[in-house]
Amino acid sequence: MTDDDIIRMTRQIAGFFEPYGHDATVDGIADHIRNFWDPRMRADLLLLAEKSTDNLQPSVIEAVKRLTASD
Amino acid sequence: MSKTISIPSNISPDKDLGTPAVESENTVSVSIDGRAITVPDGVSVMRAAALAGTDIPKLCATDSLKAFGSCRLCLVEIEGRKGTPASCTTPVEDGMTVITQNDRLAKLRRGVMELYISDHPLDCLTCAANGDCELQDRAGQVGLRDVRYGYAGENHLELETDHSNPYFDFDPSKCIVCSRCVRACDEIQGTLALTVEGRGFDSAISASVSQPFFDSECVSCGACVQACPTATLTEKTIVDKGQPDRSVLTTCAYCGVGCSFEAELKGGEVVRMTPHKHGGANSGHSCVKGRFAWGYATHKDRILKPMIRDSIDAPWQETGWDEAIRFAAEKFKAIQADHGTDSIGGITSSRCTNEEVYVVQKMVRAAFANNNVDTCARVCHSPTGYGLKQTFGTSAGTQDFKSVEQADVILVCGANPTDAHPVFASRMKKRLREGARLIVIDPRRIDLVRTPHIEAEHHLQLRPGTNVAVVNALAHVVVTEGLVDKNFVAERCEDAAFQRWAEFISDPANSPETLEADSGVPADEIRKAARLYATGGNAAIYYGLGVTEHSQGSSMVMGLANLAMATGNIGREGVGINPLRGQNNVQGSCDMGSFPHELPGYRHISDDATRKSFETRWAVSLSAEPGLRIPNMFSSALKGHFRGLFVQGEDIAQSDPNSEHVIAALEAMDCVVVQDLFLNETAAFAHVFLPGTSFLEKDGTFTNAERRINRVRPVNPPLQGLSEWETVCRLASAMGYDMTYPDAAAIMEEIAAMTPTFAGVSFASLDEKGSVQWPCNEAMPDGTPTMHADAFVRGKGQFMLTAYIPTEERSNRNFPLLLTTGRILSQYNVGAQTRRTHNSRWHDQDVLEIHPSDAETRGVREGDLVALSSRIGSTTLRAQITDRVPPGVVYTTFHHPESGANVVTTELSDWATSCPEYKVTAVEVAPSNMPSAWSRRREERRKRTSRIDVAE
Repeated sequence: MTDDDIIRMTRQIAGFFEPYGHDATVDGIADHIRNFWDPRMRADLLLLAEKSTDNLQPSVIEAVKRLTASD
Repeated sequence: MSKTISIPSNISPDKDLGTPAVESENTVSVSIDGRAITVPDGVSVMRAAALAGTDIPKLCATDSLKAFGSCRLCLVEIEGRKGTPASCTTPVEDGMTVITQNDRLAKLRRGVMELYISDHPLDCLTCAANGDCELQDRAGQVGLRDVRYGYAGENHLELETDHSNPYFDFDPSKCIVCSRCVRACDEIQGTLALTVEGRGFDSAISASVSQPFFDSECVSCGACVQACPTATLTEKTIVDKGQPDRSVLTTCAYCGVGCSFEAELKGGEVVRMTPHKHGGANSGHSCVKGRFAWGYATHKDRILKPMIRDSIDAPWQETGWDEAIRFAAEKFKAIQADHGTDSIGGITSSRCTNEEVYVVQKMVRAAFANNNVDTCARVCHSPTGYGLKQTFGTSAGTQDFKSVEQADVILVCGANPTDAHPVFASRMKKRLREGARLIVIDPRRIDLVRTPHIEAEHHLQLRPGTNVAVVNALAHVVVTEGLVDKNFVAERCEDAAFQRWAEFISDPANSPETLEADSGVPADEIRKAARLYATGGNAAIYYGLGVTEHSQGSSMVMGLANLAMATGNIGREGVGINPLRGQNNVQGSCDMGSFPHELPGYRHISDDATRKSFETRWAVSLSAEPGLRIPNMFSSALKGHFRGLFVQGEDIAQSDPNSEHVIAALEAMDCVVVQDLFLNETAAFAHVFLPGTSFLEKDGTFTNAERRINRVRPVNPPLQGLSEWETVCRLASAMGYDMTYPDAAAIMEEIAAMTPTFAGVSFASLDEKGSVQWPCNEAMPDGTPTMHADAFVRGKGQFMLTAYIPTEERSNRNFPLLLTTGRILSQYNVGAQTRRTHNSRWHDQDVLEIHPSDAETRGVREGDLVALSSRIGSTTLRAQITDRVPPGVVYTTFHHPESGANVVTTELSDWATSCPEYKVTAVEVAPSNMPSAWSRRREERRKRTSRIDVAE
């Protein structure tokens, strides 16, 4: 996936979970990505987050940390 | 408790009992020619007699239509009554004594028949209905031997036959004006296209206003042809080839209704498809596709020999099965050797059987050793899977189709049933004519909004992309106006989730007044519709791809589920959430584990117990990681990681969004294997073509939108010599994973053994029961017509928060209009099948619907060629000016590849499932005088890539 794809997709996922509050949003994003994204897509996300987090939502950045820990 | 009397075992279930069954709490005893019989109160004397084994002669009566009493052939005598009443219109009464035959009745009937025959051609031996003519049969039954009036008087014998319909002839000279066709069109189909024109001797059947059938409002469903007791309305195939000599009961391969049909044959040739009276989904009805559009199965374009080539620019080389499979396996193995196990994958097809789909996902998981399997439901109903699993616990429509007969309020959202699910639409329209109230949520004025005898009480004509705003506003009204079914919610749903949702949805941000600015739907109209849905009695939701194919598709599915739970409209007949599945086996292909994160039965691949059970059964180690979804496969291909794809019966180059992106991805792959009937658009990029089988050659099952598992029985052996499941098994084996089954039934045995919801399903049980709706297991051996009756599959129902988030696709100065896409009645999906039938006479090209004001400001006139452009691409179509679409919205279909509707659709997709946002694309329309550059490139590519070097 391109960086733009990743940024857009994570922004959309975060948008859905946001009404649940901060912690649930971070959990929701991490769970969703772990359950539905192929490992290469997850790797692309982690790689992007390593390069720059400028275009990622704050909740996505936190979710990435959890994914990094588990992956 | 109302009841019907089951048909006695000595009476064939296919026998026409003359008038419809009646459900009644009471039974009555009557005497028919001295024989006593007990029947439900209210049935006709004719039906009671038929149940007693006596066929009273009839012409205008048939048990699929209400009694009419016009032919006067079914006269009987009833003790204590004067005259000879018509048995079809006379209800039985307790103690009634009926005489169906004596000299007086015989004389009367012969007199009636004599009049009919005096104005009927006596060409029985050369008539198309010879051997299948009720008039002929009845003349024999009443013992007609002479026509005293002669044939020289005024008559209708010289009337001309209307040949205009491509599938059936209308020969008025043979018409007895029994009105069965008119009533079938009214009562069964609900189009009301036919009428009896004139009076007395001048009475004649007329399509619309004395128009040829083809030019009339007739939708060619075939109900009139089915109902006709003479040769007046006859299939052209029967006229050409004669009466069939055997039949095979099978299932239609078009939409998700899944109609049962008798495929009627002469030798090995299909001459007619007749809707099955006892079909669980269709109850004897059909549409123009299933009834008539099956000629593609033997179309000259069909590829019957496997083909291979090293490069997509090279001509195809015909070869044998062994060589084609070896070639494909070697290519795939080489790719994996060079680029890793995860570098290949497969796509299953919703047009194939459960058994065929199951073996493809098994091949990918076991032979390819990854989970890169996805299905075309990715681009249609994947949000249904996600949304209903979150809220209810499983991806399934909650009702059977018959349930609509108990609905008091019907909410149709983002679906166009009269075009896309016509046989179910007829059932729905019948209920609406009986008085059920209708709410339609759609940017476009679909036919249901206003059609004969039906008018939507509320048409919420929202702006494309604002579904969630509308469903939230509806829910806001339900909660803030105190319309929640508190008992249902307290008993059946998670309390904390409900409280959180109620607070969320009550926020003024979700009020109709606030959201009106986004949706364009007047707040007052939303409030009225919400009150109707919540308080109008049984309320049922039916939805389609207008719900799912959005960036908030999954949110919208959950929003609808929230609405149903909040109002207690779930878990019984007449209510529910009903996704209308696009293709025949969308439900089944999803059930069979086609998604990259799920094993059969919607169980996550990371679930150790489930995965281990498959590892044991398949004797292989399975990856616990989800694989790539279709759009991700394309992205990965463009990065050079994903390089080999097996495509079963799908045309992704035509059907998937952003065609140029898809094409670039396919071109980047080293090996694409296409299994299909025809050299479709995707085959242009393929290296191996494995010929597929039509539904008439398949042995297996389809699962329709109501979870009904129907048998698909082969009418003929595979024309290309190998069943599709066997081809896949041989490819898997050539890849190094031994996969064999003795027959398709054995595949279903494995599915049943591995999938709890299918545990009670087998070919034998389906042959015995006709069909079952899953779950079908020890607890529910006869299947489950209504889901979540006592508890949700997940236990308690879960309300989900569905904040409205506008799509990122916005109209702007450059692209000021919004394009939305859909289907038309006569064509199906990418059109590969229907375009190869006479159905194209109704729709030979996709057109662009545009509002008169938008057309005028652009200088576009009716029929003009226009360029349709988005930020993604441009194509050309003919304009059709109509106020069916509102200003600012244009609409087209995607049935013809040369139209290139998906050249303009975008990469945007549902947040949860990546289902493409087909329904919202910002576009501009401008007059054009030549095909688009894309269209010219496509034409050049077709010529280059579809050459075949025929084997000697």
